[in-house]
Amino acid sequence: MNQAAPAPRENQGDPVVRIDARLKVTGQAGYPADIVTANVAYGALATSSIARGKVSGLHTKDARAVPGVLDIVTYDDMDKTDTPKFGNTGASSIGPLHDKTVFHDGQIIALVVAETFEAAEEAAMLIRADYEDERPAASFDSKGVKMEPAAGKNPMFKEDAKAGDFDAAWADATVKIDEKYSTPTQHHNPIELFSTTAIWQGDQLTIHEPSQNVTGWKVELARQLKLDPANVRIVSPYIGGAFGSKGPMTARTAIVAVAARRIGRPVRCVVNRMQAFGTQTYRAETRHRIRMGAGKDGRITAFGHEAWEVTSRPDPYVVGGTSATARMYNYGAVLTHVSLVHADRNTPGYMRSPPETPYVYALENAMDEMAVALGMDPVEFRRINEPEKEPIGGKPFSSRSLIKCYDQASEAFGWSKRDPKVGSMRDGDWLVGMGCATAIYPTAAAPCAARVRLTADGEVRVQCGSHEIGTGVRTIAGQMAAERLGIGMDKISVEMGDSALPPAPVSGGSISTASVCSAVMKACDAIRGKLFAAAAGRGAPLAGSGNAKLDLKDEEVVTETGKSAKLADVFKAMQVGAIEEYAEFAPKGSSPEALSKLYAGQSEFHGGENDEDSVKYAFGAEFVEVRINSYTREIRVPRIVGAFAAGRIMNTRTARSQLMGGMIWGIGQALHEATEIDQRHARYVNRDLQDYLVPVNADIKQVDVILVPEIDHQVNPAGVKGLGELGNVGTAAAVASAVYHATGKRIRDLPIRIDDLIG
Amino acid sequence: MRPFVYERPTSVSAAIAMASRVDAVRVPPTGADTQFIAGGTNLADYMKLGVAQPDRLLDLNTLAEPALRQIRINDDTIRFGALVRMGEAADNVDVRRRCPALADSLKFAASGQLRNMASLGGNVLQRTRCEYFREISWPCNKREPGSGCAAMEGSNRQHAVLGTSDACIATYHGDFAQALVALDATVEIEGPRGRRTLAFAKLHKRPGDTPDIETDLAADELITAIEVRLERWSSRSRYLKIRDRESYAFALASAAVALDMDGETVRSARIALGGVATVPWRAREAEDALQGKVLDEAAAQEAAEAAFADARPREHNAFKIPLGKRTLVRALLETRDMKG
Repeated sequence: MNQAAPAPRENQGDPVVRIDARLKVTGQAGYPADIVTANVAYGALATSSIARGKVSGLHTKDARAVPGVLDIVTYDDMDKTDTPKFGNTGASSIGPLHDKTVFHDGQIIALVVAETFEAAEEAAMLIRADYEDERPAASFDSKGVKMEPAAGKNPMFKEDAKAGDFDAAWADATVKIDEKYSTPTQHHNPIELFSTTAIWQGDQLTIHEPSQNVTGWKVELARQLKLDPANVRIVSPYIGGAFGSKGPMTARTAIVAVAARRIGRPVRCVVNRMQAFGTQTYRAETRHRIRMGAGKDGRITAFGHEAWEVTSRPDPYVVGGTSATARMYNYGAVLTHVSLVHADRNTPGYMRSPPETPYVYALENAMDEMAVALGMDPVEFRRINEPEKEPIGGKPFSSRSLIKCYDQASEAFGWSKRDPKVGSMRDGDWLVGMGCATAIYPTAAAPCAARVRLTADGEVRVQCGSHEIGTGVRTIAGQMAAERLGIGMDKISVEMGDSALPPAPVSGGSISTASVCSAVMKACDAIRGKLFAAAAGRGAPLAGSGNAKLDLKDEEVVTETGKSAKLADVFKAMQVGAIEEYAEFAPKGSSPEALSKLYAGQSEFHGGENDEDSVKYAFGAEFVEVRINSYTREIRVPRIVGAFAAGRIMNTRTARSQLMGGMIWGIGQALHEATEIDQRHARYVNRDLQDYLVPVNADIKQVDVILVPEIDHQVNPAGVKGLGELGNVGTAAAVASAVYHATGKRIRDLPIRIDDLIG
Repeated sequence: MRPFVYERPTSVSAAIAMASRVDAVRVPPTGADTQFIAGGTNLADYMKLGVAQPDRLLDLNTLAEPALRQIRINDDTIRFGALVRMGEAADNVDVRRRCPALADSLKFAASGQLRNMASLGGNVLQRTRCEYFREISWPCNKREPGSGCAAMEGSNRQHAVLGTSDACIATYHGDFAQALVALDATVEIEGPRGRRTLAFAKLHKRPGDTPDIETDLAADELITAIEVRLERWSSRSRYLKIRDRESYAFALASAAVALDMDGETVRSARIALGGVATVPWRAREAEDALQGKVLDEAAAQEAAEAAFADARPREHNAFKIPLGKRTLVRALLETRDMKG
């Protein structure tokens, strides 16, 4: 065992090495744009340089004259297709080539197809558009934005959470906090660029594109192209950075498919990093007002959380993180309200913990402020407000180990050595600050199908149309099969990332491990049932043993009393060479049509705050130390400790990796990451990795992850809580808390930069 | 990317002959049809973005002259051939020992990969990374004279507060040049009209009304060497770079400082500022303020005030003034505390 492979504690699985680790580090894993495709032509996008108006003319003559240019797909060329739809599967309702209206900066105005990538790029740069441009509204403070209540505008956010009489409780509160917080625009910048490769064989279309939702895309693309979904296949075996960016399909996919059909050749379009800012989804900026009232005893009596989110003109994208913040502590009265602000921007979309990252940042910053106002230790303040039941619906938590997380993380961090007095800790010219915050993420699952085959010689193949987005789900699904079937990992293969496989839900909302493992477990258990029946049957190797007492271990059927039969012999007795089982899993509370919707590409989520019996969340506690130079005020993070409880941990290696990566991203959110918007023109300015800052190795020193044992039988058959989006929640608030402790400055608007501390 | 002709001259004289043109002195190298390329870390990037549009590239990596790739150090001078890679110079133990400011200004620049490619000659000529300059759909007086400056009222947190004009506020983002300008370096230049030696301080031009003219070089001239004289202050020199993250980021503010001390008193100081100015910025007012003074925090503060007396902030970069001052104060005190 080493740091990367923590020793499993109770209810935690072995740190099995990723089954694709060697492929990835040796460059053998084929990402969608790497797939060798015969006779492929290359596509490049031309995009708008205004954010609002109309394209009145498009000049493509110079572009067409570039040697090697084969075709230019632009207005009118998509007429025989349907426009995209906004929703779980579609990024936006904007069909950029269906309509000459410009809704945002960087909107697609043409796709150039050429013999080479270079010719396509050159030609795309030569396309000139005439615009009838109008003054755009960039963000919250711009003239011309449209504001509306978010509740009910999007099926993902039905209503504003509330409980009790907030106004009365607020009026009566002894100690009050009333503060505003904000989080910036953030853009996905995965190392694997966005791409689409479209290949037609007759009327059969294959798309190679990094995707977190191959089944959903298959159905949606077929709709846009007016094809039978059976004739569309989406292939995405490896994904180099997803985090939501490859969840919803964008308008580009259909445009590339149309181009390939027009020229009768495969077309590959890799979008350059700058153009990804306007053609992909992103995390929009948010604003928050938090009112918190408490008694001198530290009990919160009133919690008000109002928030505002930016979205595009046509689409009501909403994250609505008040669902989680309203259920975090034992508040008394609660009032929440979320507003959408429509601006001339591309439609935002999912980015790792879409609701919790911004909303919990605001809540946890307020918690820290309240602890200061009360003169109370921030950990103690949270302990006092630990709820028995969630305050909105009065439901119990399926499990809640937050205080255990605080205890284990604060012990490892050495919180007791912190002098609570602001500005009191120092190391030479460096001010030292320590802070903490809570992480929370809803535990959900969705219907999922899987097929598992076991052969007489002990080879296992697991097939599931889920997606290896780097989380390790392929390994974990294999581990589940290995465990249930008593086979070593070296004999397990797992196929994922193909819409031709049994359908799985979108790989979002941290549902994959729970959903996929539950389906794989069900298929394995069906195989076990058949094997045990055969093994215990009349004249069989373990005749008379009785099913209940049998198990599979090391390629043998074993009994409690120590008898065993080789797998091969059981197969012989059955006179078969392989057993294959197809299983469908649907979480408790699923609708009768939940499974048929799965095949139609729709994921029905269950869990979080939506179940009848209980609310389901994973929790964590994060502690951060910052050092701030007393002269120049640059902020360093020498160490961060996080303790997390997320039910059964399938694999301590991949779990730690997810949580560590999350905390690192959280440090980036606290100190680095922000898209700059030119407010006059509603255009993104820092569209490259030179100016869009994320932490580099030098910024990240010691990161410690503690996996707190937790058992939860309610969440799903596998007992698993998703943790892929847990680690980066709360981190930024912990950093803000530490910055306050070091400097006495409370920074409420992210990212926290030298600018904020130098004055 | 536009097609271009790529050629590989094998000597300095061949390179400048190939670049030679009668109107060379009136054409900035960045606007010429024929341009030199060495590491390519800046030019290739700008060609892909359509900012640089040369028809012909002369690759300097095939030049035969060994001196172009050598660092020569004697008692009086450090001489860098123009094709020495940033990484080599940064890792040279004698450079570090004799003149730490030079080594640090290189070490803190870019990333390891970029430093292994970028040449010193190219590094000092790198163009601004102003986002509005990089993206060709914005108006930019530097890229397209007379089109206007989108940064002036735009997103200008990264922009300069010193040496700006009404036409341009783009920052000079390099690091090495700050050390060179502080240390009175010279550059050797070859061209069809002969060889010349130029004070490094005269290489870069403030934007004024012609921000497209960035240097004193003619289109057919080539930097062949950079020379720094070793003086009493060389070993007591330092480069402090303050940035948003610990590596691979441009300076928000930086200071190159070299001190000649007589006990606690400053005999003379050499100071240059980066991240805050349109060109490598020699802070003579700050140097004058320190001369003959005991270097304590108050004296350092007074020098910093002098350095930024003429600073002109825009909407998002006002923080660079207090930050620039504190960077200089810290650099002065840290340099004072070095062994002379």
